[in-house]
Amino acid sequence: MTIQAADREQQVLDRIDRARRRKPRIREERITMAHGAGGKASRTLVEAIFLDAFRNPLLEPLEDAALLAVGGASLALTTDSYVVSPLFFPGGDIGDLAVNGTVNDLAVTGATPLFLSAGFILEEGFAVADLERITASMRDAADAAGVRVVTGDTKVVQKGKADGCYISTAGLGIRAGDADLSAASARPGDAVIVSGPIGDHGVTIMLARGELDIEADVHSDTAPLNGLVAALLEALPGPGAVRTMRDATRGGVATILNEIARSAQVGVRVSEDDIPVRPEVRGASELLGIDPMYVACEGRLVAVVEGGQADRALAALRAHPLGAQAAIIGQVTGDNPGIVTLTTGFGGTRIVDLLVGDPLPRIC
Amino acid sequence: MRFVDEFRDAEKAHALAAKIAALCEPGRQYKLMEVCGGHTHTIYKHGLEDYLPETITLVHGPGCPVCVIPMGRVDDAIHLAAQPDVIMTSFGDMMRVPGSNGSFFDANAEGTNIRMVYSPLDSLKIARQNPDKRVVFMAIGFETTAPSTAMTLLRAAAEGIGNFFVFCNHVTIIPAIKAILDSPDLRLDGFIGPGHVSTVIGCRPYEFIAADYGKPVVVAGFEPLDILQSIYMLMRQLAEGRAEVENQYSRVVPWQGNPVALRAIGETMALRPYFEWRGLGFISHSALQIREKYAAFDAELAFQVPGVRVADPKACQCGEVLKGVLKPWECKVFGTACTPETPIGTCMVSPEGACAAYYNFGRFRRTRVAEAEVSRA
Repeated sequence: MTIQAADREQQVLDRIDRARRRKPRIREERITMAHGAGGKASRTLVEAIFLDAFRNPLLEPLEDAALLAVGGASLALTTDSYVVSPLFFPGGDIGDLAVNGTVNDLAVTGATPLFLSAGFILEEGFAVADLERITASMRDAADAAGVRVVTGDTKVVQKGKADGCYISTAGLGIRAGDADLSAASARPGDAVIVSGPIGDHGVTIMLARGELDIEADVHSDTAPLNGLVAALLEALPGPGAVRTMRDATRGGVATILNEIARSAQVGVRVSEDDIPVRPEVRGASELLGIDPMYVACEGRLVAVVEGGQADRALAALRAHPLGAQAAIIGQVTGDNPGIVTLTTGFGGTRIVDLLVGDPLPRIC
Repeated sequence: MRFVDEFRDAEKAHALAAKIAALCEPGRQYKLMEVCGGHTHTIYKHGLEDYLPETITLVHGPGCPVCVIPMGRVDDAIHLAAQPDVIMTSFGDMMRVPGSNGSFFDANAEGTNIRMVYSPLDSLKIARQNPDKRVVFMAIGFETTAPSTAMTLLRAAAEGIGNFFVFCNHVTIIPAIKAILDSPDLRLDGFIGPGHVSTVIGCRPYEFIAADYGKPVVVAGFEPLDILQSIYMLMRQLAEGRAEVENQYSRVVPWQGNPVALRAIGETMALRPYFEWRGLGFISHSALQIREKYAAFDAELAFQVPGVRVADPKACQCGEVLKGVLKPWECKVFGTACTPETPIGTCMVSPEGACAAYYNFGRFRRTRVAEAEVSRA
């Protein structure tokens, strides 16, 4: 490429970067499935509609939980909804998923999760035995995470107006200090760690739907992360040693890394070879033409820690049963701010951008 | 993962990159077209261009099935889906392709029932499970996917399924390549031939490219080392002044193609006199329609299809991008008005589309491994 062409290309790329920083605007007239997929369309919806309507300093960081100071106590408050289909899948069900998901949103802010609420939207005709299974699994998950479900609500809707059972939760936790663990805290030189193989939950759900005629021995990774988070914070007690933590749910690890890169205006560079992915998950993803980086996990921590503390953090995570396969997958960099890049196993480099909506399978 | 990791070996890639660089004549620029969208995807996904010297440019061709579907056909499909009691089924990457009034996803938000399937046979299953509905399969793709549509038609006929229809948009690769070769504003040195299409049609049909146009063709596999090796084979032909059809993907592609698949296509489908391609315009004998014998399954006969031609948006330069005249970033609306969130042209929709691949994967400066290799040598 000539120098002029390279310059022109750079100009176009700069123009794109400017366009991407513009205030988000919803162009669609109706909600589509993409708005719920956790990618760019979801972000646009949240920023253009919800943040716009409810804007306040506590909401604005758009973290997994809001941090509140009430009467001298530092609290974390979160809410979440669960509409997973099928309701029961290998490794879990909508019940433990709801409890663990809520616990994790609190835990990654450094809070000790304490209390949960649970709202049930039930479809007319839903089997009581299934509801009992779900609540039993919620109780067990709550016991395991050391939280209690202290309030709830029930609504029943006509047949066809819901898909069996939806659960909506809120979670309240208490924070010991006021450490800033927001995504904006990442700094160049930091290390990026994941607590285990990625994509298990999402691939399990895709296969459990039974539409694909693929069988693989995969299980959801749904698990409460508060114990693992506590172990990490204990091992790295220094202020700011743990920069930020996230649980990689909808949109997968790629989406979390993009949020970190964007919030902190840093680059994130990860190495494909270092990212743990189970062979079954890799195989299924390869067949389906999707990238495990974008596939949901429900019990995987993404932690950014001070570079010098990376080995200590890794050791602490690996000493915990949920972090036995933890791995350092990359670094935070000063170049390419806002962009996540990946060194491929093949030795090339590419961008890992946010998806627009759900990953779509390719046809050939 | 066996049979995959072997073809992603970085060490072998470095060795091949050095051999490719050594074949470059000083001062000469090379433009090689990968015809198939699957290749484009691999090239970006694995960062393959990092291994190529600056003087080799890869031009992304028209072989992305959803990229060449004109807007009018998307509108027709949505019209079909909006008919009473219709369930439409489609491959996943068709779902976001914009028609003149939105995509399948938008149509679903308005009330249609368009479902994603992995195989047309799944549509047949849906038809069996919903005897009170009419199930229409949106058939797209080159000779790669046409056999599966053909087999589904054969099975539907054998089982006498009355509520299954095919909206046939299958296209054929050779006329598109010919249209590109005949386009006056194009300079290409060689072709990376489509691997999957060739498993069906074989390598013979490309011989005219070498014989009549003097351009080398190497049919390539889809792993990154496959593509690098194919580039090496093309560069060797160019260095030796040869123009031949070679088969890099011989572990999958038989020279004669797959006669069973070809027979199934021939049994159920016939060439259309002409068909519109997005960006390339009307190309004669470039698409397939359902044969009269299977007319009962032809959605274009069973339903009223508006068939209104919709001109491509003026600002969109998909055609130039598909022909390789423009690089994605050279299009006037690339990355600003046209993004993966709000695609104007189809090249931005499918992950195999040249623009989407460049936007998602390629949009930043890299240090070129190949150059480092050369300077080290």
